[in-house]
Amino acid sequence: MASLKDMRVRLASTKATQKITKAMQMVAASKLRRAQAAAEAARPYAERMEKVLSNIASTVADINSAPRLLAGTGSDQVHLAVVCTAERGLCGAFNSSIVRLARERINSLIGQGKTVKILCVGRKGADQLRRQYSSQIIEVIELRVKTLGFEHAEQVSRKLIELYEKGEFDVATLFFSRFKSVISQIPTALQIIPPVFEAKPDGAPSAVYDYEPEDTDILTELLPRNVAVQVFRAILENAASEQGARMSAMDNATRNAGEMIRKQTITYNRTRQAMITKELIEIISGAEAL
Amino acid sequence: MATFHFELVSPDRISFSGQVDQVDVPGAEGDFGVLAGHAPLIALLRPGIMTVTAGGEQIKLVVLGGFAEVGPDGLTVLADAATAIDDFDRAALRSQIAEMELRVKEVDVDSALDRQIAKLDHFKALDQHLEGTAMH
Repeated sequence: MASLKDMRVRLASTKATQKITKAMQMVAASKLRRAQAAAEAARPYAERMEKVLSNIASTVADINSAPRLLAGTGSDQVHLAVVCTAERGLCGAFNSSIVRLARERINSLIGQGKTVKILCVGRKGADQLRRQYSSQIIEVIELRVKTLGFEHAEQVSRKLIELYEKGEFDVATLFFSRFKSVISQIPTALQIIPPVFEAKPDGAPSAVYDYEPEDTDILTELLPRNVAVQVFRAILENAASEQGARMSAMDNATRNAGEMIRKQTITYNRTRQAMITKELIEIISGAEAL
Repeated sequence: MATFHFELVSPDRISFSGQVDQVDVPGAEGDFGVLAGHAPLIALLRPGIMTVTAGGEQIKLVVLGGFAEVGPDGLTVLADAATAIDDFDRAALRSQIAEMELRVKEVDVDSALDRQIAKLDHFKALDQHLEGTAMH
């Protein structure tokens, strides 16, 4: 049986751990507020962009003359999975759940005889995927920055477009976690190249726009930007989700540590009393023997 | 005077949202003014100065590219970056121009070069324009 001293040491270490998890929870909570505001501020831009783009796309008469970023390459043999995860761990199942979704998709695509390449944004996803698909990962982009800006998304999207134009892949899907609330983040797969637009409800008259310059010129300008905007949105949603996930994970850890401290304190006190009683008995029986 | 709804959105926030009388937009093929009841239009922007007139007051904003959409529910400008003219960092613009001049030399001769040069010219024109307004 552990000595009293061992138990004291163990209790102290549990308390220290609780302090750390508590601090991490509070840090995550304050970062979450900022990340959430950023994610929400980015939504209008992305939504408008999508609306305008789908408007133009629906009016393009000849899909084959449209830029390849919109029309696709005409094949879907080579898929690129863009897996966005966090740079850090200790955030519950956040990274694993994105990786799990990506893995399911990748496996089903491989099962259909497609070729899959992987581009990782964020170190944690790369670490997990490397075990199984080390040969398919073409690049890992790390985003070790304090505040995520649009330029980071542009960096990723430039890479994507460059690869696409070299014919390295036909379809790109973005994997990230959509921030719904602190306790709920939804791993999401979104096809960004070629973009998929929600079908408009029938009979909804879309305004007939004038284009300045020509609609195809606008498309060549807008499509690369749309990729950047979608990536930007994904990494912002991810950042908010990560903090949310970390916050609830650390909240759980703090609670579990509290529970452990309670149990350990009880055992410690019992043992201490038992020892006092034992010593008393020894003294009394020693005195009686005289 | 009839007003209409105007929204200026940049990737990270909504910079302006409200009822306005008139907006002068620097379009890729020339400046154009938008009043209430303008015909539906989608236009690319060039880097330039956008003037918003609301309630007799004029606000000038520097926008660095993007596009404008005039629809039945007003004007929406999706700008790469939008800053009030007084807050605009001209030193940053200058350094961007210098960087672009370097980059233009590396681009192969094709339509990408044309686009780069056109963009560079727009930036320079904007810089000159700002120079002019700063002196007044």
